[in-house]
Formats: sequence, C-alpha cells, structure tokens
Amino acid sequence: MRQWMKTAGLAIAGLGLVSALPAAAADDTIKIGVLHSLSGTMAISETTLKDTVLMLVDDLNKKGGLLGKKVEAVVVDPASDWPLFAEKARELIGKDHVAVVFGCWTSVSRKSVLPVFEELNGLLFYPVQYEGEESSRNVFYTGAAPNQQAIPAVEYLMSKEGGNVKRWVLAGTDYVYPRTTNKILEAFLKSKGVAAEDIMINYTPFGQSDWQTIVADIKKFASAGKKTGVVSTINGDANVPFYKELANQGIKAQDLPVVAFSVGEEELAGIDTKNLVGQLAAWNYFESVKSPENAAFIKQWHAYIKNDKRTTNDPMEATYIGFHMWTQAVLQAGTTDVDAVRQAMIGQKVKAPSGFEAVMNSNHHLSKPVMIGEIQPDGQFDIVWQTKEPIKADAWSKFIPESAKLTADWTFPWVCGNCTEPKYVSYEK
Amino acid sequence: MRIVRGVRAILLLLSLTLLPLAAWAADLGPALDDLAAGGFEERARAIETLGASGDPRAIVILRALTEGTLEVTGDKRVVIAKDSGAVDPLTGAAVELGGEPERIRVNNRLRGEIEAALARLNLFSPDRAQRLEAARAVLHQPDPAGAPVLEQALAAEKDSGVAEALRLALAATTLQSGDMPAKLKAIATLADSSDPEIRRLLGEVADTADAAEIKAAAAEALRVIAQRNLAIEMAANIFQGVSLGSVLLLAAIGLAITFGVMGVINMAHGEMIMLGAYTTYVVQEAFRAWLPPAWFGLYLIVAVPAGFLTAAIVGAAIERGIIRFLYGRALETLLATWGISLMLQQAVRSLFGAPNKEVSNPAWMTGGFDLAGGFTVTWNRVVIIGFSLAVLGLLTLVLRRTSLGLYIRAVTQNRRMAAVVGIPTGRVDMLTFALGSGIAGMAGVALSQIGNVSPNLGTIYIVDSFMVVVFGGVGNLAGTLAGAMGLGITNKLLEPFAGAVLGKILVLVGIIIFIQFRPRGLFALKGRAVES
Repeated sequence: MRQWMKTAGLAIAGLGLVSALPAAAADDTIKIGVLHSLSGTMAISETTLKDTVLMLVDDLNKKGGLLGKKVEAVVVDPASDWPLFAEKARELIGKDHVAVVFGCWTSVSRKSVLPVFEELNGLLFYPVQYEGEESSRNVFYTGAAPNQQAIPAVEYLMSKEGGNVKRWVLAGTDYVYPRTTNKILEAFLKSKGVAAEDIMINYTPFGQSDWQTIVADIKKFASAGKKTGVVSTINGDANVPFYKELANQGIKAQDLPVVAFSVGEEELAGIDTKNLVGQLAAWNYFESVKSPENAAFIKQWHAYIKNDKRTTNDPMEATYIGFHMWTQAVLQAGTTDVDAVRQAMIGQKVKAPSGFEAVMNSNHHLSKPVMIGEIQPDGQFDIVWQTKEPIKADAWSKFIPESAKLTADWTFPWVCGNCTEPKYVSYEK
Repeated sequence: MRIVRGVRAILLLLSLTLLPLAAWAADLGPALDDLAAGGFEERARAIETLGASGDPRAIVILRALTEGTLEVTGDKRVVIAKDSGAVDPLTGAAVELGGEPERIRVNNRLRGEIEAALARLNLFSPDRAQRLEAARAVLHQPDPAGAPVLEQALAAEKDSGVAEALRLALAATTLQSGDMPAKLKAIATLADSSDPEIRRLLGEVADTADAAEIKAAAAEALRVIAQRNLAIEMAANIFQGVSLGSVLLLAAIGLAITFGVMGVINMAHGEMIMLGAYTTYVVQEAFRAWLPPAWFGLYLIVAVPAGFLTAAIVGAAIERGIIRFLYGRALETLLATWGISLMLQQAVRSLFGAPNKEVSNPAWMTGGFDLAGGFTVTWNRVVIIGFSLAVLGLLTLVLRRTSLGLYIRAVTQNRRMAAVVGIPTGRVDMLTFALGSGIAGMAGVALSQIGNVSPNLGTIYIVDSFMVVVFGGVGNLAGTLAGAMGLGITNKLLEPFAGAVLGKILVLVGIIIFIQFRPRGLFALKGRAVES
C-alpha cells in the first residue's frame, strides 16, 4: 500500500513536471522562486536576502529581461519552520514551475529541502557560509565553505599580526553548523600542535540570553598563561547578549580577541559597537570594501530599499554572485532548462563586489577571497587582512579523515558529489 | 641605609626634573612620518617612539590614534580631526585640508602597543585614575626595559592604591628579566594578589620558565591563589544566579498576575514584554532626535512608565476584545492568545522591520567593577536586580494596600460574592489584565538592556515565565520570587559542571519531577485558579 502510494506520488509529481514544461515555455515570463523566511526567528536575516533577489530581478527586467522574457519572482514564506521549507520548495518547483530557487539560510533548512530538489530535479542557490561536507547535483553553494572562512580566521589569530593566539575557545550554538565547523577546527588545531587542554569547546542553546557564567568561564580559561582567542559560531539572536556581556565584563579585543563567523554588518546594526572595537569577523566580503563594483552594489541597494542606512553584507553579496552567474548560464545555455543551466554554470565568472572575480568550480562551490575585519565604532568592519587570491572552496574538509577521501566533482568522469573514485572510470574500457 | 635612601631620592628628583627637559627635546617628526607611511610595521615603530619620548604631545597623538581621529592627508601630513576642523598634532594650529583625509587604521596588535605606550607616558600623570590605569596597563604587558621608569614612579607615588599596582607591575617585569632570587621574590609578591592578569602571568611562568625552582614556585603561587579564589568563585556563581533569577522574576511577574491570579493561560505574555522593549527603542530614538545629548542617559527612566502604559493599553484591549468571552475555557484561551501573540509579532515586524533594533545602555549602566579576583560585577545586572525587586515590592503594595488590590483579591477568591457586594467584576478583570500586561511591558524595558530587541523577543521568555509561575505556585507573588531565584541559582550552579545545554535540561527534568509531588508548586494558594 505504502509502496503503491509512493509510486503514485512520484507519477503525479512526474506528470506535473512534464505538463509544466510546455506551459512554462509558452509563457513569456521566466519564474524564479525565493525561499527565505519572512516570519519567525530567521526573518531577521532572511528578509534582507529576499529583498536582494527582488532588487536583482527588478534590475534585470529594467535591462530587458532574460532571453527576451520578463523575469518574475515568486516569493513564499517558509516561516523559519524547517519542514515547511520542504513543502514550499515542492510547491515552487511542482506548482509554480520556477526555473531556479534562491533560498535557505540555516543548514537545517537546506538539509530539509535537499531531497525535494534532488527528487524533482530543481535548482537551488544557497547564499550562506556553512559547514561544508556536502555537494549536491541540484545545489550551487555561493557562501563560504570552512576553508574559506573558519580556517583562515584561525590562521590569522595564530599569526603575529593576529596576536599569536595559543589557547582556543570554540563557542557555538548547539546545532549542525557549529558542531561540524568546530569538529574541523579542532582537527586543524591539533594538526598545528595545539594540545587538547588548550582547547575549550562550549555549546549553548538557540537564543541563549544569559552569558554571565560562560563569559566568566572564558575569562578564567584565558587567565591560564597563554594568549587566548575565541572562535564564535554563535548564531542569530544570541550574539547581542553575548557581545553586551563581553563589553560589560571589560573584555578588550587586544587581550581576548573574538572572531565570529555569523556576525556581519546586519547583525551589528542591532548592537552598540563602541565597546566592541577590534573584535573580529571573517567573511568573503565586507561593506567597507573599496571597489567600483561594491560602490555600485551599495548604491543600487540603497536606491532599491529607499533607505541610506541599510547595510550590505556577505550573504547579500553571495546572492548577487549567484544571481548573476545563473543569468549568465541561462544566456549561455539559451534556455532555463535545469539540466542545461547546470552544465553551463561550471566555470562562470562574476566580478563580485568584493573586488575579486568569483568563479564557480566543478564541485558547485565558489572561489572567493577571504577577509578578516575588525569591528569599528560605526558598526562597520575595517579589513585588517585578506587573501591575495581567491581561495577555492573544499566541499569536503581535508581535516576530517573520512571526508578527506571524498571528491566532489560534477564533470566527467567523476559526476559525483561524494565519491572515492570516478563514476565513469569503466566507461572508457 | 638612610644615606643611600637620601641619595636615591636626590637622584630621583634630578631625573624627574630632567625627564621633561629630555622630552621636549625629543623630535616627534620621524614618528609622524612613520604613521603616515602606511604599513602596520611602520605604525608599530612610530608608537614605540612616541611611547618612549615622554612628550605630553605624544599622549594626544596616541589618544587620537585609538579614537580614530588621527588622519593622513593626500600629501602625507598627519592631522587630528576635530569637529571644528583638522589641526596639526604638534602645534595644535588649524590646518587647511586639500582633499579628503584618510583615517589611520589600527589593529588589535597596535591597540595593545598603544595601550603600553600610553601607560609609560601616563605613569607620572597628575591624575590618580590615569596613573592607576597606567600601572595596570604595564602589569598587563610587562616590559623589562620599563623597569627603571617604574621604580621612579613607585618612589614618587603617594597614593597607596597606585603604589600597590606599581609594585605588582614591577614584580611582573622582574619576572621577565631578573635573576633567580629576584624572580622568586617577585612570585611571592604576585601571589598576594588575586588579579586574573597575574594568574595569567604566573601561568605563563609555570609553563615556560627554564629553572625548575621557579616553575615550582609559580605553580605553588597559582595553587594558593586558586584556593583563595574558591570562595570568590562561589560568590560569583551566586551573584550570577541571583541576576538570572531577577531576569526570570521580571519576565514572570506579569504572568503571575494574568495567569497566576486570573487563571488566563496567556501565551501573548511574551509579546507584552516585546512591546515594552520596542517602546524603549522608540523613546530612545525620540531622545536622540529631539533632546540634547546630555539628557540621553535619562531615556530609560522615561521608558519605564511609557513601556507600562503601552503594554497595559494593549493588554486591556485584548482582555475586552477577546479574553473576556473565553473565561473558564482554558483551551480556547490558550489558542486565542497564541494567535494574538503571532499577530503582534508580525505587526511589529511590519512596522519596525525584521532586523534587530539597537538599544544602547545609558552610560550609568555600562561596564562594571572588579569586585575581587576576576569577579566582575556588571552595572546593568545590579540595576536589573534592584529594578525587579522594586517592581515586585510595588506590585505587592498595589495588591495589599489599594482598593484596586482589594477588588482583585476579592474577585479572585469569590467572584459571585464580589459581584454581590457591588464590585464591578468586569472592570476589575480588565484592570487586572492591564496591570499584568503593563508589568510585562516594564520588564521589556529592562530586558532590552541585556538582550535583543527583535519581534521574537517574547518567545525567548514565555516558557521560562510559565516555568517560574508554575514552580513557585500559581497565584502567589512570594512563590514567584522564590521560584525565580531558585531556578536562577540552580541553573547557574549547574552550568559550570553540566554546560548550558545540559544544565537547562536538568532543571526542566527537576521541575517535572517536582510538579509530580507538589502539583501546586512551592506555595499553594486557595482561590479561583485552584477551584477551577
């Protein structure tokens, strides 16, 4: 019975897809999906990305659309509810027949929609830094992988300029992204000769609001004789009380630097940064980057959102890169057909607001520069270090033994996201 | 001995009078060129030169550098930016700017070096606070080269507090460079202090010293300090527990009225807190926009009644519009108020936008003071503990000493009888609900000072609030106080051992077990809530 229902469901879904194709082709608009939470906990971060996609669509239409057609954004609200993400994704692909979806923020939501995109052969652009350890045929990851954010940040703190940090606190929110990132970082630190007793790992629940004990613990850990640094994978709302507590307990960046991977300009807008000057963040883009592309990007954003005080941030830039790459790939393929666009995506180059050329690699991840910024009193970041060249993302971390064996490569002969040997190696014989 | 002292004093006096002379002779020009030149290396060299110059103008330059007002012009001239325009850092004369000058950037390493350089310059400052800060900064980054200057400063120091700090700083420098007996003596001096900075220094020595004797002495000193600090750590844990308890108390106290006294399962309670926090934001923006900056610190005092009124009015409207039709139907009330909470969240999100709002602490609520041995008491926590107790006291007064309080108690205990003797029970219901909501609004004002101001603010506190009220005993203010403090302190005592996540789980499991044995909480009360 269950098997029958499954088959029937697949058949219906398949029929839906087939019947959709001519309809979409006959229409004179190209539909794209926007799958970001507009309510609930994540609305705080994701609403901005929805606006970014709408801005880019608006701009594209002003320039005459794509393949001679207007582009229309279908916005849905998955309401920070992970199963609802999957439902809405199904709706976008199955009912609205969108050519591509821009969406998701948390790793939980991405993991929730992944089976849907793979089952219905959809296309998802995921714009947020994440823990890596994934490469799907149907997803393009335009945010940073750990080797483009976490590892360089730790290396910076180890350097003379970063303060010769020898003792480490890895503090994070208790879910998949911090846990995986910290696993990679722990392996990396140990490979650099850091002893186990010089690493303190601390997890807190989502929305942790009372940081007194943890900050006091960190202070105590730091008073053990070696220069200490904090690597924060604390997510979302919990950051504001964390930083307030740091400031109130008199912790200064030059004594105890905190480098964060989830705190950008948008998050700082909710914090009084006067007492946080010098605390660090690692991203692939900061609003303070000086490049003509960035100046244009900021100007476009302010004009679209009609507010000169709104900031830009890294996930917005990643959305920008993803959107432009997709339009280029559609032009190159001459169609919005998912299979054709996916082939055309690999190798796409976009001059990004970061001032560098971002390139889409065959593992569906980008090459991007890494930047370290220090918080300034005005809520912006001063870039104190950056890579000279863009860094290629590793989908699988080489610091986790079981992942180091895996290869993600969607070109022949691999055509695989997690294989130990090429899929088509026997084809030649 | 006395002669030696005398000679030393004379020498010192001489050197002190000579010092400023030498200072004026120093040329700060090359340092400024280094600052203008670019790289972080050159800037570090410039800071070193400025620190060693002993020139009071160097203090001004270094301060401007930390504050980000030191700028370099297109033609590589260094200027200090002021509201009135750019001035020359050496002469103080106004400078005409050709183009847009660029801020000279510093990073954490340079910030540390500026701190050390300023400390050296400030050791002889006439201001006691500055000398103390300087001595502490030297302790922070002991530099063997600075030892002679420290000795001079110590000999000249009249204030015992500063002298103590200088002695520690001197011991810390000896630890870096002295011979074996001097080092051992320094360790003994340092062991008397509980400053966390000293623990760090001693830890470093215990780890890295060459001589086994010194290693052992440092380890022993650390052990003594740790032992002495046990009590301090316990006190710190209790303080943090009380402070968490006071936050829980603030969040729950309004619910103790609406749920505890009236028996309404009010899922929109968290949103009343959120409304209070947003009122604080609005009041703050109003102060920023219309009142002189000197008054800014007072915005919080205005925000308290404003937060109360906003939440009370919304609360009264909810009671009149919806809840009064649902009395006695717990499930419907739960669902209706939950719906209201979602609507309020989305309304605020549409009105103010999804991102967090920045609510800054007034100056009198930022920072803290070091009580002992690294136990920092932060001002905002102290204020919130006081505020929560004041709110509780005020509420008790209202319930016990006013006619409204009398009516509320009468309606709670026997609604029909109260109606018979002429109490307008409908109006009392509305006022009670408004009172509970208003208090939640006041809690929101306080909570905006320690956490986020976002549309989801309320959802963080709603579960904790119900936990406190149920644990403390429904309908009892003393129970709410005991429940909040009990939960807060237990949580904080568990956290160091179990971690934040497991600690929370343990507390929750503990409450579930507790409720099995005492379903009515710590303090049971008779009344409408119990009967129904």
